[in-house]
Amino acid sequence: MRAKLFIAVSGLLTLPAYAAELDINIEIPKLNVAEYHRPYVAIWIEGADQKVASNLAVWYQLKDTAEGHGTKWLPDLRQWWRKSGRTLKVPVDGVTGPTKPVGRHALSFSDAQPQLKDLAPGEYTLVVEAAREVGGRELVRIPFSWPAKAPQSGTAQGSSELGAVTLAVKP
Amino acid sequence: MKRSLILAVAIASLAAPFAASAHKTWLRPSQTVLAGTDPWITVDAAVSNDLFYFNHVPLRLDNLAITAPDGSRVEPQNLTTGKYRSVFDVQLAQPGTYRIAVVNSGLFGSWEENGKPRRWRGTPATFATEVPKDAKNLQISQSVGRVETFVTNGSPNDTALKTSGEGIELVPLTHPNDLVAGEPAKFRVLVDGKPAQGVEFEIVRGETRYRNAQDEIQAVSDARGEFSVTWPEPGMYWLEATREDAKTSLPQARQRRLSYVATLEVLPQ
Repeated sequence: MRAKLFIAVSGLLTLPAYAAELDINIEIPKLNVAEYHRPYVAIWIEGADQKVASNLAVWYQLKDTAEGHGTKWLPDLRQWWRKSGRTLKVPVDGVTGPTKPVGRHALSFSDAQPQLKDLAPGEYTLVVEAAREVGGRELVRIPFSWPAKAPQSGTAQGSSELGAVTLAVKP
Repeated sequence: MKRSLILAVAIASLAAPFAASAHKTWLRPSQTVLAGTDPWITVDAAVSNDLFYFNHVPLRLDNLAITAPDGSRVEPQNLTTGKYRSVFDVQLAQPGTYRIAVVNSGLFGSWEENGKPRRWRGTPATFATEVPKDAKNLQISQSVGRVETFVTNGSPNDTALKTSGEGIELVPLTHPNDLVAGEPAKFRVLVDGKPAQGVEFEIVRGETRYRNAQDEIQAVSDARGEFSVTWPEPGMYWLEATREDAKTSLPQARQRRLSYVATLEVLPQ
């Protein structure tokens, strides 16, 4: 994933300067619990109709374990599963990836990437949902309009499974 | 107390649908929304006072039918009946929606023979051979009762939800494995395959043991046979409707009792 992220970021550098862009920063908080598993996280864009307009990223356990493949717990990302996950065939190129450790994770998408290429102009919501094995579940939303005429930014603060989530939309 | 308990068990086991007013009959799946190549669920089946606790009698599973997403029949695994509940596993080998149902359809009779009361249970076909022609004080009633629940592996589909045209049935206009707290869900009620007006549903969320009131929701089907429920909070919900009519398939049976029960899981937003 690190390599993939690197490619995604370096891909951005070659894009023309006028490309619209979404920059997202997601904090996976450090939790003081007896049994810790990295959360499953889904990051998507929802239209005004509450339907998924684009899946940006889904982080889940890609490795097989004694308990089976990690896809077994994808329905714990309840809203994402209902709105999109259950009809997708994972893994999805450029969308799915492994779970992330505690810390801040930056994602960047340009309008040339498949996730944003077909996004019609309009009002949208960035949704980040996290679910953790033997832990909780949390969902935060940040509204934005696309494409941005002027730089926009939004933040949401998770209280349990997510920390600060920030969104910057660049024209 | 002992005698009344024995009687209650006898009545429940002889004619479970008739005892429905006092006790709640249900199938409760361990999970309703699953994913993967080979998920399994386990299902509890019981008749109880509280939801979903095993404190009365197990549900008989003679007429258990599991319908797979392609419409075929699936056999339950590890089926066993204990003191308070029956339990079985279901392997969800196919993607899509499974319907798990117990449909009891039959006749219940009583008469006097040599001065002693006799009880009988059967069908119109066995009535002719098993019930004596000159049975004294013969009383026959008919019942059609359906107890069901739904489970989806991956993406939901509707093949297993096809109705049979007998008794009370629910046509989910909102998929039964797509229920979320705070959002309305719509259903259509059929009686013998036709939309029925005025069917009253009692809807109770589980965990009744941990609150003081049943907090039941009442819903009545409209002229199109439809009703809508907005789930106040997530949980396993129990829905029941009963109805009586005279549309019996045997002239000796004067009345027919119809009942319907579903267990539905409502997930948080």
